[in-house]
Amino acid sequence: MIWIDTILQGVLLGGLYALFAAGLSLVFGIMRLVNLAHGDLIVLAAFVILIIMSSLGLGPFMAALIAAPIMFAVGWALQTYVLNRVLGDDILPPLLVTFGLSVVIQNGLLEVFSADSQKLSAGSIEAQSLTLGPVAVGVMPLLTLVMAVVVILALNYLFFHTALGRAFRATSDDAVTAGLMGVRPDNIFAIATGLAMVVATISALFLGIRANFDPSIGPARLLYAFEAVIIGGLGSLWGTLVGGIIIGIAQALGAAINPAWQILAGHLAFVLILLFRPRGLFPRAND
Amino acid sequence: MPETLFRTMMIRGFGLLAVLMLFVVPVIGSRAMVQDLFGVLTLLVLALNWNLLAGFAGLVSVGQQAFVGLGAYTMFACVILLDVDPLWGILAGGAVAMIVAVPVAIFTFRLSGAYFAIATWVLAEIVRLVLAQWKALGGGTGTSLPKGTTKDMWGVQWLKDTLDVSSSAASDALTYWLALVLALGTLAAAYVFLRSKAGLGLQAIRDNVGAARSVGVDPTRLKAWIFLLTAAGTGVCGALLFIQITRVTPEAAFSVVDWKAFVIFITVIGGVGTLPGPIVGVIVFYILQRTLADYGTIYLIVLGLIGIAVMLFAHRGLWGLFADKTGIELLPLRHLPPRSAHSS
Repeated sequence: MIWIDTILQGVLLGGLYALFAAGLSLVFGIMRLVNLAHGDLIVLAAFVILIIMSSLGLGPFMAALIAAPIMFAVGWALQTYVLNRVLGDDILPPLLVTFGLSVVIQNGLLEVFSADSQKLSAGSIEAQSLTLGPVAVGVMPLLTLVMAVVVILALNYLFFHTALGRAFRATSDDAVTAGLMGVRPDNIFAIATGLAMVVATISALFLGIRANFDPSIGPARLLYAFEAVIIGGLGSLWGTLVGGIIIGIAQALGAAINPAWQILAGHLAFVLILLFRPRGLFPRAND
Repeated sequence: MPETLFRTMMIRGFGLLAVLMLFVVPVIGSRAMVQDLFGVLTLLVLALNWNLLAGFAGLVSVGQQAFVGLGAYTMFACVILLDVDPLWGILAGGAVAMIVAVPVAIFTFRLSGAYFAIATWVLAEIVRLVLAQWKALGGGTGTSLPKGTTKDMWGVQWLKDTLDVSSSAASDALTYWLALVLALGTLAAAYVFLRSKAGLGLQAIRDNVGAARSVGVDPTRLKAWIFLLTAAGTGVCGALLFIQITRVTPEAAFSVVDWKAFVIFITVIGGVGTLPGPIVGVIVFYILQRTLADYGTIYLIVLGLIGIAVMLFAHRGLWGLFADKTGIELLPLRHLPPRSAHSS
């Protein structure tokens, strides 16, 4: 019984990781950009939500609604003025620029907000739980997983049923040819990163309600998210969800055996899967 | 052109003079200066290695801190568990780092570009988490070198008598000279290697994989060798670093800020893919560190911003900018074309 409970907790944790990873998967899938600052941008979004909550006296969900367009603008500007300049065949420049951004954002937040841990307080919903047969599940973790599924459904709809999605896919497959058809890759990339930041805001909301956060936690979250994206396979959003859940279950099982092994177990699962499937479980696009 | 040649000679002369001065620092300089420059030289070694990897071999690893930590822990294991001289621990640190690099390379080399970078990071985390479980070396809280270890190190007694200083100053001097020799050795090895046939092959791969393959260069083999050798160099440097620090914890040995962020910024600012780049970078880094040391995190923000600006506007770094403007090649990697048999 305890195992079912552990695995269930792992699946729910995986929902949070999938949410972190969805924005990353979007950007990585469309422009092969490894954004090493994504974790810190999620933490930045959490602080933006926090500021809006305290200055306007709103609840976290309302505050996130206001934060989302702000973060879209941040993402759009970041892509337009910085990242588009370094995208190319060589992966070194974008990797190093986003690494620099990660350090700048992390230490900037540290300078402004100090190292104190913060939390987004959502009231009584945090403590509520549902009894599903033999096990009890927290409402918030369940909501996180549901949100991850909703975000992925929405992104998939956008990808496969809208003109913007067609432009995304075309640019992903061949940016030059897409350009000949009247799509402006730079613009498409800016919108994609903006959208990724909206998803980052949603993940920041659930991260901040579920657990404490401080300026330094970005890189570790980024790593779990990347593991989820890579395990899932490039360009497959459902794969990203599966990847997140695998990392979540591995961490929960590891923690059940020995609390010190939680993170280690997640990393080992990643290595094990890549050993047998170097391109992930469900690769859609060619690298 | 003669003017360029003259200036190149001038800079080389200055360089030689600087190296000579660096050698006498422990004799004439203060102990604080020796310790400061030790930090600079070890960062230079790490940056030279990372530059070979990312700048020349196209292997953008963000997990080289794994080998710093492995070197440090191996040295501690040698001293605490085997009770040998820490100087042997340095060699062992390099050897262990290189041995561990073999399975790491086998795993990561199957992955392409971006996946490779993330995989090196994950593996570095795995090594850190595993070593944090090693109870004999202090587990998660770390451990110190036994009292008197550095005092009993080979050569320290002799230095103490010759220089007429305290034994801790003598051990600082010894680690300093080792760091200086390691830095010069790494630089010389990189220069010789990059000018050799294999090094030319490596640069050919970076410029055009298809064309390089077509003339018989085997990219994977060359890159694997670079990966193993830079792992060894990084491990040796890690072991040396922690002889001087004398205390190891998983956080310090695998520090993301010290052994990853600083190393990457030094290389990027100086000029990634240029041989003198890390030297220029480490000088800029040292000056910034001295001027901004009181401001804590501001310092990292400034470093990050400079790194981003360099990548955006001059992605061969300060050295690349300087070399383009002046035509000076300090350590030229190009060869003169072979004299054609037909011309005569």
